[in-house]
Amino acid sequence: MFFQPFGKYILLLKAVFRRPEKWSIYRKEILKEMVAIGIGSIGIVTIISVFLGAVTTVQTAFQLVSDFVPRSVIGTIVRDSSILELSPTISAIVLAGKVGSSVASQIGTMRVTEQIDALEIMGINSPGYLILPKIVGAVTMIPLLVIISIALSITGGYFAGSLSGAVTGQDYIYGITKDFIPFTFTVCMVKSVMFAFIITSISAYQGFYTSGGALEVGISSTRAVVISCIMILCADYVIAQLLL
Amino acid sequence: MIEIKNIHKAFGDHQVINGVSATFHPGITNLIIGGSGSGKTVLLKCMVGLHEPDQGNVVYDGRDFTRMNFEERIAIRKEIGMLFQGSALFDSMTVEENILFPLNMFTNQTAQEKLERANFCLERVNLAGKNHLHPSELSGGMKKRVGIARAIAMNPKYLFCDEPNSGLDPRTSIVIDELIAEITDEYQITTIVVTHDMNSVMGIGEKILYLYEGKKWWEGSNDEIITTKNQELNDFIFASKFMKALKK
Repeated sequence: MFFQPFGKYILLLKAVFRRPEKWSIYRKEILKEMVAIGIGSIGIVTIISVFLGAVTTVQTAFQLVSDFVPRSVIGTIVRDSSILELSPTISAIVLAGKVGSSVASQIGTMRVTEQIDALEIMGINSPGYLILPKIVGAVTMIPLLVIISIALSITGGYFAGSLSGAVTGQDYIYGITKDFIPFTFTVCMVKSVMFAFIITSISAYQGFYTSGGALEVGISSTRAVVISCIMILCADYVIAQLLL
Repeated sequence: MIEIKNIHKAFGDHQVINGVSATFHPGITNLIIGGSGSGKTVLLKCMVGLHEPDQGNVVYDGRDFTRMNFEERIAIRKEIGMLFQGSALFDSMTVEENILFPLNMFTNQTAQEKLERANFCLERVNLAGKNHLHPSELSGGMKKRVGIARAIAMNPKYLFCDEPNSGLDPRTSIVIDELIAEITDEYQITTIVVTHDMNSVMGIGEKILYLYEGKKWWEGSNDEIITTKNQELNDFIFASKFMKALKK
């Protein structure tokens, strides 16, 4: 039930990291994937990040009823929750839906239309050619998206706080600059790299071992998103437990 | 020359190929025929390494393909061209990019040389000038011809075709068959075609292997197949009213 797919997943990864046939072609594919994953996801990441920051600000302000707690704490909470949890995890879950389903359906369709067989007949290491560029593209671009997400989330919080009167701009900026622990950013980057790897490798695995037709491609795509989301949350806990 | 020796292949409890042996010579069109589920495509996939046979050997000009590892097989795979049932063109690439793909991957030719080769292959399949179309813009017959062009781009020694006529009208089927036969003769390729199309059998079947329930049931040429006394083969060949009328 668990060990056989896990073994297949490990063997697939071993094939993915086999030496490429021609680096120049892989380089082009990696750049294509970086554009598709990075540029293609900026819109959705921007929208969710701004709202995440705004909602966190408003809800934190709502819970801060004591006059003994300075309002600048709102900025600190938005900063830390964005860096440690909201930006990496929520972005990863959204990207699992967008990038993961795309990877699984793309590779799954290639499988059922024999395009992967065609690659193998030519003597090309199909897991390497199809999956490695996606993993490298995601592992480089998703951390950058998370950095953008953090910036936008904090900005969203600033505007929400100022416009609603929950916290003044001055207090908010004081809060986000106060007692910053740089290690939280390291944790955030570790999480985003791990999540990027999980999204692309699990989705690629689901697509690569699709058999049947269009219906099965849809099933693989759904399964890729569901398993990626669960694994992201598990990894989130493990990384937090190990690093914090 | 390709030799297959005592090939067995099962999926779970279902024995699909049961001890098939044969020799396929270059310069002639070898056909593997049989009804649906007789194991034709599985045998073809065992020969090209898409399935691993449970038992037996596939030997390419004295080189035992079944005993090779992934890296060792690459040398033989560069000598193989394959036309798939659904053409298997890469959707994201244009016709030209599809043909250039193996050349880009495995040769050190200049861009100009590769383009000339791609254009030559397209001309050979009567698709000159269609370089920048995407597979979605092509008809079924055109896709098959692009598939052939891609298959011959690397000057293969061995050409495999999996049901090249499926989904094509009779006239286009004949065009594809003739193209395969011409290329086989012109470049002295060892060509193996899996089909259940009787027009192909009669038209280009210089050597025919008939599979029945995963076993080699009959072997011969298209001249001999009409007069065979083999009951199962007769049932297969003369299943259609047209062939029955022809026999009468």
